[in-house]
Amino acid sequence: MDSMVQYLVTGLTVGSIYALMAIGFVAIYNITGILNFAQGEFAMIGALSCVSFVNWGLPMVAAIPAAVMLTALIGFIIERTAIFPVRNRSVITLIVITIGLSTFIKGIGLIIWGTSPHTLQPVVKAEPIKLFGAVINPQSLFIFLTVLVLLVILYVFFDKTFIGSALKASEKNPRAASLMGINTSSMSALSFTLAAALGAIAGIMIAPLTDATYEMGFLIGLKGFVAMVIGGVNNIPGAVVGGLLLGVIESFSGGLISTFYSDAIAFGILLLILFFKPTGLFSKAAGERV
Amino acid sequence: MFHVTGLSTHIGKIQILHSIDLYVERGEIVSVIGANGAGKSTLLNTLAGLYTPSAGTVALEREVISGLPAYKVVAKGLSLVPEGRQIFPNLTVRENLLLGMYSRYYKEKKQTKERIDMVLDMFPGLKKHLDNLGGNLSGGEQQMLAIGRGLMSQPKIILLDEPSMGLAPKIVNDILEILLRIKKEMGTMIILVEQNVKAALKVADRVYVLEHGSIILHGTKEEISMNPQVKSAYLGMKMTS
Ligand SMILES: Nc1ncnc2c1ncn2[C@@H]1O[C@H](COP(=O)(O)OP(=O)(O)OP(=O)(O)O)[C@@H](O)[C@H]1O
Ligand SMILES: [Mg+2]
Repeated sequence: MDSMVQYLVTGLTVGSIYALMAIGFVAIYNITGILNFAQGEFAMIGALSCVSFVNWGLPMVAAIPAAVMLTALIGFIIERTAIFPVRNRSVITLIVITIGLSTFIKGIGLIIWGTSPHTLQPVVKAEPIKLFGAVINPQSLFIFLTVLVLLVILYVFFDKTFIGSALKASEKNPRAASLMGINTSSMSALSFTLAAALGAIAGIMIAPLTDATYEMGFLIGLKGFVAMVIGGVNNIPGAVVGGLLLGVIESFSGGLISTFYSDAIAFGILLLILFFKPTGLFSKAAGERV
Repeated sequence: MFHVTGLSTHIGKIQILHSIDLYVERGEIVSVIGANGAGKSTLLNTLAGLYTPSAGTVALEREVISGLPAYKVVAKGLSLVPEGRQIFPNLTVRENLLLGMYSRYYKEKKQTKERIDMVLDMFPGLKKHLDNLGGNLSGGEQQMLAIGRGLMSQPKIILLDEPSMGLAPKIVNDILEILLRIKKEMGTMIILVEQNVKAALKVADRVYVLEHGSIILHGTKEEISMNPQVKSAYLGMKMTS
């Protein structure tokens, strides 16, 4: 029983990190139509630049925002230099470009940070808390809280601000949005910036649990992708539930079967969903976006 | 004044519009009529900057606006109410209206309430729906919303692409009344594209007839309604040029 609670807590913790990745995918997909396969690299840049900032002597509270902002800036630059100039090409071309970008960024990461894994201290260094027989790492609570706060911010941004409604309009109907005076290409830049920032936060939060390497982007990106597919490519709440669900399934299968298979299980779920419900478990029939 | 000179548009390799000349004077409603596929929407879309013309110029109050992308054209004072309304179904009526003044929002933020009141005064039926999603409105209400949204930026000229499409005659009449009010109370220039020629002739001052991408006829409402060619086309017979 105790270990069940433990698996659940671990699963939700990791799952909320996947959820952030999935939201990054959803944001870019809905605004540009692109599945951004470089999303995982944003997590890598976020985590490793945070490590570097800490090594240079910055306190954690400063290193995290610095790393997130740096990654967001890189996301913006990538959109302007690699996506914007070719925005009129087919979506497939753009997706292939993101795959190329992923390899390129990974290469840069390798040059800067080398092959050896780096450790990032957890933000919260306190004694684990005992709750319902499970040991809850304070870092987990910190992750939950961060994700919760981010979700509220995203909700307010999309639903209560003018620029948020401009983004939603651009997602739904870019042509009509441009007739309103919205420069839809700046919305595309905004979506990459936002996705990069979310990716960086995800990377920074997962690094204390798994260590950070130049290669970490692949796995976390894949998990975010699966979470998005579970939730349906076009809605943020779905992406969040998808992330949490994936985290929990992984944690239980790791605990009850073997951690050796947990990634294979994530893959298996992806394939099953693509076979039986390719629009995701939570998307409305007509494919309403966000 | 709004001046279109020698305007041609290609879509891909095909030339859709052939050297269009057209003008609108202040306080005028000009109608463009023509059959399906004549190029009416292509014309309005080109004027709004959705297509880049392959030749010719568009000038609003002496300023050349052709060649600008759509999002900059709005800021110059030209608003298009597109075919099929194209409201944002996932946003509320209020959000739809606010986006209509996107190009001026940050400059004229203080006037947002005033603008919304102005639109609600024109379309009182929208009032009770302000916080409903645009997608839940009836077809007529959506058309009202689309026109209201187009007015939010206080354009010098507003282009309407078949606003009567799919609407009951009573609602079409309401919309025509509103166009006359816009003309009278705001002095906005209006280009009305219609297949419903009868409706267009009710409110237009001057009419252009578009066929296969060329203007084949142009004159005052009276001249055009007496024209035998138009009469036969209006009766649904095929026009010959
Ligand atoms: N995106 C496009 N690609 C290729 N051809 C197009 C495109 N848009 C329009 N056309 C062609 O241009 C011509 C004019 O189309 P347009 O939509 O402007 O006509 P219309 O007068 O608005 O017709 P309707 O009354 O049906 O709205 C048609 O022959 C149409 O097939
Ligand atoms: Mg048309």
